[in-house]
Amino acid sequence: MISQIQSLGHKALGFFQRLGRGHILIADILKGQPALFLRPSLIIQQLYSVGVLSILIVVVSGFFVGMVMGLQGYNTLVDFGAEESLGVMVALTLVRELGPVVTALLFAGRAGSALTAEIGLMKATEQLSAMEMMAVDPIRRVLAPRFLAGFISMPLLAAMFSAVGVLGGYFVGVGLLGVDEGAYWSQMQASVDLYEDILNGVIKSIVFGFVVTWIAVFEGYDAIPTSEGVSRATTRTVVHSSLAILGLDFILTALMFN
Amino acid sequence: MDENKTLVKVRDLKFSRGGRMIFDGVNLDIQRGKITVIMGPSGTGKTTLLRLIGRQLKPVEGSIIVDGEEVTTLGHRRLYELRKRMGMLFQNGALLTDLNVFENVAYPIREHTNLSEELVRTLVLMKLQAVGLRGARDLMPAELSGGMARRVALARAIALDPMMIMYDEPFTGQDPISMGVLVRLIRNLNNALGLTSVVVSHDIEEASSIADYIYLLSGGKVVAHGTTDDLANSDSEWAQQFMKGKPDGPVPFHFQSQPYADDLNI
Repeated sequence: MISQIQSLGHKALGFFQRLGRGHILIADILKGQPALFLRPSLIIQQLYSVGVLSILIVVVSGFFVGMVMGLQGYNTLVDFGAEESLGVMVALTLVRELGPVVTALLFAGRAGSALTAEIGLMKATEQLSAMEMMAVDPIRRVLAPRFLAGFISMPLLAAMFSAVGVLGGYFVGVGLLGVDEGAYWSQMQASVDLYEDILNGVIKSIVFGFVVTWIAVFEGYDAIPTSEGVSRATTRTVVHSSLAILGLDFILTALMFN
Repeated sequence: MDENKTLVKVRDLKFSRGGRMIFDGVNLDIQRGKITVIMGPSGTGKTTLLRLIGRQLKPVEGSIIVDGEEVTTLGHRRLYELRKRMGMLFQNGALLTDLNVFENVAYPIREHTNLSEELVRTLVLMKLQAVGLRGARDLMPAELSGGMARRVALARAIALDPMMIMYDEPFTGQDPISMGVLVRLIRNLNNALGLTSVVVSHDIEEASSIADYIYLLSGGKVVAHGTTDDLANSDSEWAQQFMKGKPDGPVPFHFQSQPYADDLNI
């Protein structure tokens, strides 16, 4: 019994220590942001590897998700003779929910895991230590640009996901199932609100981008510097990011849309 | 010892990790312009000592003074200023894998100076020439052998003309030719650039051949120190066992265990 309580206490302490280290790290990363604007090449390089290389998976997924929503939405709406509202349904679902959430999940799997593995391996091969000994702060030189790139990329990727998803819904709804093209676009234009829907979706994707990139760089930096440690850290990034995205989505949705 | 001649002064150093005491009152002095070798069996914390001197780790107690500055209490800015004057050669080279040889050596120069591209090129080629790898400037780290990677890392370590270089196990896993090259490089660079070198090693023959002074570490303490000749002729059983590579002695062959017969139930 005592040993179980001890073990529980040990785990709780470990959890809070990690939480503390994570917050100290993000504070250091944020402190390093202003200096990055003097060296834009560092950010551009990371925007490419974190953002641009994620475009393909996001765009393809967005198109398929939009097509599925076109199919499913049509089948439901047609029973009520409301198939002309397909455009609104697809757009609202994507902009408010699926765009930010699915993009963030894909982003955690594609870019988050890559960030953790890269930083973890740099630690395991002593590259981060070597930087420290060259008087180069790895938090500012390695972590800060990656964090900023993830933070910038995520909302842009979510916007792409939603836009392509709307096109996917259009392709299936209008192109294959015969929904009126004018109704598809005009109802969407009339019902989707810039602030209520789009801005809230953008805020969600910004929050997800912050959290996913934070988790990814922290897990990499805090990884045990062995192959097993890096592997575990990469898994943790995907699992923790996914849970954080879904949990935060619930909280944000509750706050934004009552 | 003369204060001005001592570049690194370690006093009453205590350090523990995971509940295990690694250093329990270590005292040592590293003289300017000399090659000081720190030897000891695996697991005695030789690499840890280098990390403590570079303040990548913080001791529990004790003082480490490098070039007159107390490293253990230095602030971030002054620590990084001090590190610009220290080079470290890691065991596996620790080259940045996404940069080629030239860019790896140029890295600290670009990070800390605003020199023109032409001057950076000249400096990098001079450093690569010193380690014999000017021709390998376009290779990626993955294309280098272990010995070449260490030489590139050495070129990078001397890129900013530091006052001292710390070598972490530079001879481990090297073929005899690479080993000979590294031994010669460490000695030549030390003399030519007026460096102070700290070499952590357990390769007795190679390390002894270039050492001006040797410290032997074991059980968290300095157990013997002196020149190569001093240690070879030392009365210390420990020094004799280590310098002559005897399998048994003060460092036992067997890990601590219950009696053999008891273990076999006879």
